[in-house]
Amino acid sequence: MAEYLRRMPDGGEVFRRTTTVWSLLKLDPWLLGGLLVLAGFGLTVLNSAVDGSSAAIQRQSVYLMIGFFGMLVAAQIPVYRYARLAPWMYLVGMVALIAVLFIGVGAKGAQRWLSLSGFRFQPSEIMKLAVPLTVAWYLAKRSLPPNPKYVGATLILMGLPAVLIFLQPDLGTAILVAASGFFVLFLAGLSWRYILTAIAAVLALIWPLWSFVMKDYQRQRVLTLLDPESDRLGAGWNIIQSKTAIGSGGWSGKGYMQGTQTLLDFLPESHTDFIIAVLAEEYGLQGVLWLVLLYLFICLRGFWISYNAQSTYGRLVGASITLTFFVYVFVNMGMVAGILPVVGVPLPLVSAGGTSIVTLLAGFGILMAISQDKRQVN
Amino acid sequence: MAVDRNLLKDTNREGRVFADRLIVTLVIFAVMLGLIVLRYFHLQIVDHAIYATQSDQNRLQTQPLPPRRGLIRDRTGRLIAENEPSFVLSIVVERTEGLDDVIQRLKQIIDLSDEDVSAFQRRRPSTRPYAPVPLKFRISEEERARIAVNSHELPGVEIEAQLIRSYPLADLFAHAVGYVGRINERELETLPEGPYEGTFHIGKTGIEKYYETSLLGQAGVQTVETDARGRIMRVVDKTPPVPGKDLTLNLDADLQLAAAQALQGQRGAVVAIDPRDGGVLALYSSPSFDPNSFVNGISYKDYGELRDSPDVPLFNRALQGQYPPGSTVKPAIGLAGLHMGLVTPGSTVADPGWYTIPGDDRRYRDWVLRIRGRGHADRVDLHMAIAESCDVYFYDLARTMTVDRMHDFLQDFNLGARTGVDTTNERPGVLPSSEWKLQNRGRPWYPGETLSVGIGQGYMLATPLQLALMTSFLANRGYAYTPSLVAEFNGIASEAERLKLPDIEPSHWRAVIEGMEAVVHERSGTAHAMAKGLQYRVASKTGTAQVIGIAQDEEYDETEIAERHRNHGLFIAFAPIEAPTIALAVIVENGGGSSAAVPVARAVLDAWLANPGKGVMRNNVVVSNG
Repeated sequence: MAEYLRRMPDGGEVFRRTTTVWSLLKLDPWLLGGLLVLAGFGLTVLNSAVDGSSAAIQRQSVYLMIGFFGMLVAAQIPVYRYARLAPWMYLVGMVALIAVLFIGVGAKGAQRWLSLSGFRFQPSEIMKLAVPLTVAWYLAKRSLPPNPKYVGATLILMGLPAVLIFLQPDLGTAILVAASGFFVLFLAGLSWRYILTAIAAVLALIWPLWSFVMKDYQRQRVLTLLDPESDRLGAGWNIIQSKTAIGSGGWSGKGYMQGTQTLLDFLPESHTDFIIAVLAEEYGLQGVLWLVLLYLFICLRGFWISYNAQSTYGRLVGASITLTFFVYVFVNMGMVAGILPVVGVPLPLVSAGGTSIVTLLAGFGILMAISQDKRQVN
Repeated sequence: MAVDRNLLKDTNREGRVFADRLIVTLVIFAVMLGLIVLRYFHLQIVDHAIYATQSDQNRLQTQPLPPRRGLIRDRTGRLIAENEPSFVLSIVVERTEGLDDVIQRLKQIIDLSDEDVSAFQRRRPSTRPYAPVPLKFRISEEERARIAVNSHELPGVEIEAQLIRSYPLADLFAHAVGYVGRINERELETLPEGPYEGTFHIGKTGIEKYYETSLLGQAGVQTVETDARGRIMRVVDKTPPVPGKDLTLNLDADLQLAAAQALQGQRGAVVAIDPRDGGVLALYSSPSFDPNSFVNGISYKDYGELRDSPDVPLFNRALQGQYPPGSTVKPAIGLAGLHMGLVTPGSTVADPGWYTIPGDDRRYRDWVLRIRGRGHADRVDLHMAIAESCDVYFYDLARTMTVDRMHDFLQDFNLGARTGVDTTNERPGVLPSSEWKLQNRGRPWYPGETLSVGIGQGYMLATPLQLALMTSFLANRGYAYTPSLVAEFNGIASEAERLKLPDIEPSHWRAVIEGMEAVVHERSGTAHAMAKGLQYRVASKTGTAQVIGIAQDEEYDETEIAERHRNHGLFIAFAPIEAPTIALAVIVENGGGSSAAVPVARAVLDAWLANPGKGVMRNNVVVSNG
């Protein structure tokens, strides 16, 4: 009855909307608007980070165009098809992840890319979507909240790729992939008892993890995070410089293309992982707040779409994608500001780099599909 | 199974669970977002001042601007000491793709020692990322070109220019001008910090040391904006350095060259002074060395060779060499005799070839005794005594004058005291007196020693510079100027102190100078050989200084004595006689006698006087100015 009343006033609305261009394109105008503004803002900041290099801007623009096109395509696929596609996507991703360990290419001691006839891509990026889609597919079929058997299976589903990615090694992505699966589990109603037990277990695991599993460079990153000043010229350099860039921006910033930390190359990775420092330096806290508001708007819209999703599958997938997107933002902004370890997570849709853009926008394409799914069913 | 599962599925419950979880998620979401905003607020607002300062410190650097060291030119404007760009090879380690590869590659391209590499590794820890670390100093043009050609495979390799002192005439002015060297640790402790900010060299000897403060100039400072690699992007603020003052010397490269060529292969020294103003025209010590090798630190091996060479090239004979002046003091002593009324131009002394002090059998021999078996003539007057360098005449004069009166008179010629020339390491020589001997030897003066001093032997020692100054007094007939190496100091002519002898009758001067003229221009003169082809009249005096003591009645035979034990040859001269523009002193160590020194003097005098561009013309200028 409550369900009926809740939906009744929307009935006419829904009927009228089916005639709009948005429903024909199967896009959510608010989400699309937010993403477009973000992409534009990101390009502007990037332009300063690369010191006006038109080649870099062109490349990023192409990635964005591919990404938005990919989003459009992804939005056309009905939600139930994702449920069917998910396990296959997961399998392909797993094969690629195993392959990358043997024939992968990369730099700085990490093998992260597969090179297929000149086209390079990161299999771990597939998993960022495949894991939540697959876990949701697995759980949505079952009675929720999940019983221990399903929880165990889910943990294996998300744990396998996470371990493979961790072996590359790429700790940041491994955590994010595992997290995207966990979000689904959490939203599906994972018992608080399990969650608290898991937190206790993780805390208990920290010591053996630290002593035996973590590599030196990972430990170093943690230590550097705790006391970056201890190694001013070495490991702490990036964080010190990014904090200096952010802090010196103040409220209103140094002005567009005026960031000395960026222009004078003190800020490392200024066009990729550390691009938020460029924004903070040149636009000040104002700029940061605008960006945060933009992300907030996109996330809230994502949650709204998920909340209104027709199926459990749609709800789980939508909210997981949105949450993962937010975690990217949080981890990136946190690590550049020196409160999280530097784990190599790009700032969504602002950092230069094609794979992340395409994956993220494909994810939003799925969200759009979910947003239109409701109307189709009605 | 599928049906089974669907039966168990409670869609409404799932929706409620999801909604609950979403609310929890949103709360966590809000907390995380709040944390981030708080963190950025803290960095950007609360701690803004700290980071703003840090950012400025990052990009703004204060750099000292070392001043350009003053140039040194000879009297005709030829560069003696200049500053040449020198290139330093550095590596920005962060920009290399494998440091070892780059160093290996550099080793193939240029001469790079293991010491260079280990010094480089020692410098690295104190350098911040992206700042160049010096690998090798003094990169040659050729090496620079080779690095430039291969730069594509040498990422992170940089070459930087510095100004380094250079002495284009190399060994010609080494003793006259001195050299600069790297500031050593001992100097670093005592030097004031400000003026030497950014300067790595300091005058070590000679004019370079004496005029250090003027040559150095004043350091400037600039605040620059640099990038992370330390490259200067923009100069924010600048106080330019004040360049060091340029010096123009009285020295003449042509005269130096003439001296160097004439002394080639011999040990000796030449000092020539313009008696009209005390300007030192030539100051050369042979053998010399290349001062350039000292500028950036001489290798231990090369230094050892210089230091241990039996010819002691580092020893500045012109200023530090203290030699018995021998007969070159005779004109001055003759003048003293005339002035004191002990002799007249016409008075004579009997000369059997030796001299004895009344009441003593010891024979003081004249140098001609060995050659002629007798004296110069039955009776010798002052003219002959100077022209032929008669020892007996001066033995007699010295005895009657006594050593202390001789000392007092010669003291006015600045013998036995530093001349005060504007350079370092000058030695005072010795002008003995009975008091001096008592103080320094603890013994009373013996009459026989007076005779030795009368012919410039015994305790008497003088540097070539002192002898040149003495000759200047003679040339000017009674006065001279403190010798000065530097003529012009940033465009201002230096003023030399005028030194004066007591008033001496012109007839006495005439008598002595006629005697000195006869040395070359009369057939019997001891340096008559020099008269051949001479274009000017010269007043001079030869001298021979004993290196080893000759026992009484022992014969000195040049051919039998080891080269190192041969007598030193000396020669003083001024010319032209009536209006002298040059007064010089020459010593050739172990030359056997003055005959070794005369050609050296001739070469230098010719370079000055037989050259229409030199002394004669300058004389005219001075007259018109006067």
